[in-house]
Amino acid sequence: MAETLTRSAARNIFFGGSLFFFIAFAALTVHSHWYMVNDSTDRKGLTDSVERGKHVWEQNSCINCHTILGEGAYFAPELGNVWHRYGGRENPQAARAAIKGWIKAQPLNVPGRRTMPAFDLSEEELDALVDFFRWVDGIDTQDWPPHPAG
Amino acid sequence: MKYETQRVALPFFAVAMALFALQVLFGLLAATVYVLPEFMTEAMPFHIMRMSHTNLLIVWLLLGFMGCTYYLMPEEAETEIHSPMIAYLQLAIFALAGAGALIGYQFGIHEGREFLEQPLWAKILITIAFMMFLYNTSLTLYKGRKTAINMVLMLGLWLAAIFWLFAFYNPGNLAVDKLYWWWIVHVWVEGVWELIMGSLLAYLLIKMTGVDREIIEKWLYVIIGLALFSGLLGTGHHYYWIGAPWYWQPIGSIFSTLEVLPFFAMVMFAFYMFWKGRRNHPNKAAMLWTLGSATVAFFGAGVWGFMHTLSFVNYYTHGTQVTAAHGHLAFYGAYVMMVLAVISYAMPQLRRMQPYNQIPNMWSFWMMTSAMCFMTFTLTFAGVVQTHLQRVMGMNYMEVQSQLGLFYAMRLGAGVVVAVAAVLFLYAIFGPARKQLPAGAPEAPEAA
Repeated sequence: MAETLTRSAARNIFFGGSLFFFIAFAALTVHSHWYMVNDSTDRKGLTDSVERGKHVWEQNSCINCHTILGEGAYFAPELGNVWHRYGGRENPQAARAAIKGWIKAQPLNVPGRRTMPAFDLSEEELDALVDFFRWVDGIDTQDWPPHPAG
Repeated sequence: MKYETQRVALPFFAVAMALFALQVLFGLLAATVYVLPEFMTEAMPFHIMRMSHTNLLIVWLLLGFMGCTYYLMPEEAETEIHSPMIAYLQLAIFALAGAGALIGYQFGIHEGREFLEQPLWAKILITIAFMMFLYNTSLTLYKGRKTAINMVLMLGLWLAAIFWLFAFYNPGNLAVDKLYWWWIVHVWVEGVWELIMGSLLAYLLIKMTGVDREIIEKWLYVIIGLALFSGLLGTGHHYYWIGAPWYWQPIGSIFSTLEVLPFFAMVMFAFYMFWKGRRNHPNKAAMLWTLGSATVAFFGAGVWGFMHTLSFVNYYTHGTQVTAAHGHLAFYGAYVMMVLAVISYAMPQLRRMQPYNQIPNMWSFWMMTSAMCFMTFTLTFAGVVQTHLQRVMGMNYMEVQSQLGLFYAMRLGAGVVVAVAAVLFLYAIFGPARKQLPAGAPEAPEAA
């Protein structure tokens, strides 16, 4: 490496540069937080039920099979847009019934098919979970995923 | 081994290696479910296997980092560890939290954010143990000699602890949740952990090549500078599709492309020092893991990361098996191999049997590394097919998965080889080193 760069110069560049990029990252994160709360997600629609639904999602560790907005275990379908996939934007009643029915029908016991366990959720929990899916479907994700298939 | 308290590292390595073995075991189980979907559905559903697999990796790597720190700190700081008692105590607390969480998972006791599934009490214990660790090692550093290596190492560990605190913040807004979740996950593995990796690499190179410290430490600052300059804003590549503003697409694309640079610099650094060094260190196995780590990290984290990091590519590949492929090789190259390198270097000294028989260790290196590469290739092919069918053609997820069976079968095969290699590694470092010989060296007495 160039002899002109000394160890202490390299150290100073590291600290100065890292501080600069950290401040830039933090500032953009603050703006993104503000943008998410006010613009890209449905602020008024974030009801107690949606938050309870997120809690149900977490308690049952859905993310360790499914993905949501592309993050998770890749072992089971994407659920960020499951509301859309079930036609919830056009017919919310039918979509709600269909999603709840699907969860309650598990395990399907189809030979050779990946098995979703029975999670034994109450009606309230199921409704909250569906509310959560509906709210997540409303997030402005820059048009991701490319197809409703997720 | 010049300092008595370096022995503190030994139990850390032992626990870390036990958890490593378990991690590979849970990985094998999960890989089996991909091939035989009805495997253990009642006894242990897939999500339990998967969280066990990922959590064990994180916990044993952290224990590994701690062991590495306790091993190198006395030599670098030229003073004994402040308190071996605190070290053993924090190991016990950390291991208890990790093991307790793992056992809880088997009974469905867990939280629900990916990689942060530990129950609150376990998170708190982990934090306490980590604070004790930082106190103990920082005080040792404070009393002793400050080098770039131990300063950068401690900086990396402190920053890892600080960013970990975001684990306690879980907002109800999923988008905001993800925004800060990446402040832990990304900033750890593509940011501050690179400081830890870089300093361990620099330490091993100083020890094994004999190159001048001034040169090695200058390289270290350049590498970690590249890591943080690119890695912090590089977090943007996780912000494309989670409800964040559009500007993360150009920012994330540019800076995460630059994330290749620190890994490229590490390969250059490792091989340049290796050739430049006049010393022919007898521990060939440790040298192999060191050079291997830099190389595989470059491919796994650098090349495989770049492959799907540009926003217009990631739009199609996000959340497919391409990500799984990258994740496996990146973690293996950058962190698993680096910890195994330090362990390979330190164990013969900790066990006071140097030189020792390195042949099983080197066999383990080649088997494990080629199997991990093969696993990455199979997942990459699966991911490319999946991306095309599902993201371009719009085919249904489950239908697409049914097309990928061959790749998953080959992945399981690769996993079996990794498991065999892991057992061989454990044997090589803990087992009876009957013929305690360096590779290709003449006969040496048993205990040198």
